[in-house]
Amino acid sequence: MAEILIDYVREEYEDAVLESHSRLGNDTVVVDKDAVPDVIQFLKDDDRCKMNLLRQISCVDYDNRHPRFEVVYVLYSLQHKHMLLVRAPVPEDDCEVPTISHLYRTAGWLEREVWDMYGVTFDGHPDLRRVMMYEEFEGHPLRKDYDKQDGQPRTEFLSRERDSVEEFNIYVKDRDAAGSRDE
Amino acid sequence: MAEDVSPTIDQDIHTEPMLLQMGPSHPATHGTVRFNLTMDGETIVKCDTEIGYLHRGFEKESEHSTWNQVFPYTDRLNYVSPLLNNFGYALAVEKLLELDVPPRCKWIRTLMGEISRLTDHLTATGASALELGAMSAFLYCIEGREILWDLVEQVTGARLTVSYGRVGGLRDDLPENFEEDWEYVRERLYEIHEEIRTLLSRNRIFLDRTQGTGAIDPETAIDWGFTGPILRSAGVDYDVRKDHPYFMYDEVDFDVPVGETGDNYDRYLVRLEEIIQSIRIIDQCLEKMEPGPVTADDPRVVLPEKDDVYNTIEGMINHFKLVFEGIQVPAGEVYSYTEGSNGELGFHIVSNGTGKPWKVGIRSPSMIHMGGIHELLEGGMLADIIPTFDTINMIGGECDK
Repeated sequence: MAEILIDYVREEYEDAVLESHSRLGNDTVVVDKDAVPDVIQFLKDDDRCKMNLLRQISCVDYDNRHPRFEVVYVLYSLQHKHMLLVRAPVPEDDCEVPTISHLYRTAGWLEREVWDMYGVTFDGHPDLRRVMMYEEFEGHPLRKDYDKQDGQPRTEFLSRERDSVEEFNIYVKDRDAAGSRDE
Repeated sequence: MAEDVSPTIDQDIHTEPMLLQMGPSHPATHGTVRFNLTMDGETIVKCDTEIGYLHRGFEKESEHSTWNQVFPYTDRLNYVSPLLNNFGYALAVEKLLELDVPPRCKWIRTLMGEISRLTDHLTATGASALELGAMSAFLYCIEGREILWDLVEQVTGARLTVSYGRVGGLRDDLPENFEEDWEYVRERLYEIHEEIRTLLSRNRIFLDRTQGTGAIDPETAIDWGFTGPILRSAGVDYDVRKDHPYFMYDEVDFDVPVGETGDNYDRYLVRLEEIIQSIRIIDQCLEKMEPGPVTADDPRVVLPEKDDVYNTIEGMINHFKLVFEGIQVPAGEVYSYTEGSNGELGFHIVSNGTGKPWKVGIRSPSMIHMGGIHELLEGGMLADIIPTFDTINMIGGECDK
């Protein structure tokens, strides 16, 4: 039923649509990454589509395929009760997609997560910071070339044995507490 | 001398916004989330939410497990309603396999899922009552949760980390005396529901703390991707169980409660009504359920009977292959969604045709709610964070993945 959505996108953005398919209840259009904001703006505003709920922005790392990444936008219309997946292939050497944070306010938050986990940057995003990981973290953990065991301890304490009394005295007792009033 | 004092009081006192850190281990931010608040007196000017303190790498870990080994990890997403996560994930993988499960399995999934929803709503209601000072309402809620967890324990063998779902079915059928035990639990739940309602719904302190605080209008809620009780409290009747029925939700009769103002009190009322609706669904499930198998008849997916494993070579090889190599899920991708207790729970699953998932992406409602929670907090008072955060019911495991 909702395959008609694919036709609407094809009609409107013939050049941008690279591919489309409908399988397992998921209707999907694959579009050129530079056209993502335009296509989603159309899907959001058009009366026949009215995709007002952005369910999820996800990303897949295909590792050995070219282009390596694919960013997946899951759009839903609360009015017409239909769903469409918009996918945008992103090559590794040009890891950048235009942001859609001006269209949905939740998009900014979800794009931050995709950047944190996969390292795909979003051009024009007002505040691209890490969400799950801490600021000092290096790399992007959900990339296939990031090893699962590759931990990054938060402090220098973690690599040392701290549970002895001596260690405790060195690291805790001998050091002035922050904001200490001692001269 | 009085003239000397008054001019200094009339002077404009220079004030600066105060920065306040709330969390990650504040007693009211159960789960670990940190708010960096900019305060003007007691009013919140700006709120910056920081999550990730409970990040365990669910998605990374899943990529290194076989399809069935992911179930224990899904238990630890929303640990107050683990069965809903189990079944949501199982449904997603079954969509990819294009596998249909037997009707009894669907009935049990509907039933046990609603039991999980009950435990979640009781916990959320009880915790919000407790943090507003209503200890007795909390104890009633927890009693309800305990007797429900006793039921869950009978069925699954565990209270919290159940791992009851399987791809293509369930671990086991319901025990024989389940229906009689449910009779008792249902009567007690109605009593508890009545107690909570009389204790809280017309309680002056509770009303003052919850009415008009943390309010959100439907447009903003949709824009921020809110789903579940939060969106319904704002007046949008979106419920995946009703709009896109899965399992046996199209066979049972239930109502979707909808609020008006989207404030904390409405969210509390929506949850309270959903408790009644869940009890109704469970009753209908038990009534309409027919005896039969609970796992699909498909040796590619479902483990063989233990008798066959020990006594036949085919059974043993089948068991060995399924355990060591995992279910061979055909290559493809699917986004599957169910109604979790806090909102829409989606799984974006990618398979490359091997025994391990290539990607298990999760749309966790709590994480998306945390992205927009500042909309509910900004402009309010510091003390309003506590009821708002309680009725949002953020679950750390689900939010931080």
